[in-house]
Amino acid sequence: MLSRGGGRARPAEGNGFELFSWYFFRVSGLLLIFFAIFHVVIMHVVNTVDEIDYAFVADRWGSPFWKVYDFLLLTLALLHGINGARLSIDDYIRSNGWRMVALTTLWVTAFVFMVIGAMAIVTFDPVAFDAAHAGR
Amino acid sequence: MLRVYRGREGMISWALHRLTGLGVLMFLLIHIADIYVIGYGPEEFDSLLFIYHSLGFRLMEVMLVAALYYHAINGVRIILIDFWEGAVLIQRKLFYWGIAIFFLTFIPTAILMLRPLF
Repeated sequence: MLSRGGGRARPAEGNGFELFSWYFFRVSGLLLIFFAIFHVVIMHVVNTVDEIDYAFVADRWGSPFWKVYDFLLLTLALLHGINGARLSIDDYIRSNGWRMVALTTLWVTAFVFMVIGAMAIVTFDPVAFDAAHAGR
Repeated sequence: MLRVYRGREGMISWALHRLTGLGVLMFLLIHIADIYVIGYGPEEFDSLLFIYHSLGFRLMEVMLVAALYYHAINGVRIILIDFWEGAVLIQRKLFYWGIAIFFLTFIPTAILMLRPLF
């Protein structure tokens, strides 16, 4: 249900998940203001896409700080976005069957993208890659 | 829709919030997929960068930033309304303040983002 200002009213009853989702939306949103906007400013304003290539990412991810930063950004942004898509599905898909199909697709998508995103950050190792391809 | 429901600023802010949120989510999924390619090494990753350098994608990146800024600013407005009782009484004023902050932050960002083109 919408509140007067166009936000969602805090769920008053029902299971704990909706209340948790309501708070998560707001807390992750506040954190993302810093994480996502600094990310965009660094990647598109301080640098531009012309400077960003494999070497640029390798340099950045050489630092554990940026690996942790990007992992937090990935997790918060994906869960915040998926939660928004979940509420959109609840709002627009009225038939129970199709809503179940859409929600299942949504959670599978969330899981797959969380896994490939985490793999990209955690397993990134340019030194090992160079060593493995040195003989090529 | 606007003529039937007449929700005014509250509804317009909500519709834009949902539209920009879903738009940013779409970009996020594309972005996770392209960063996944980095695990395949420098040649494979760098061979895809022409997409990011194309004019169409640069304009989409500017639209992404517009969506992100609006979503962030209106998100703060929603949180103010949720946790501060006085805010709901001035929610319309907060909407226009948000729009003003949006243009003040977005226009310089867009100019800086597109500076390689000038």
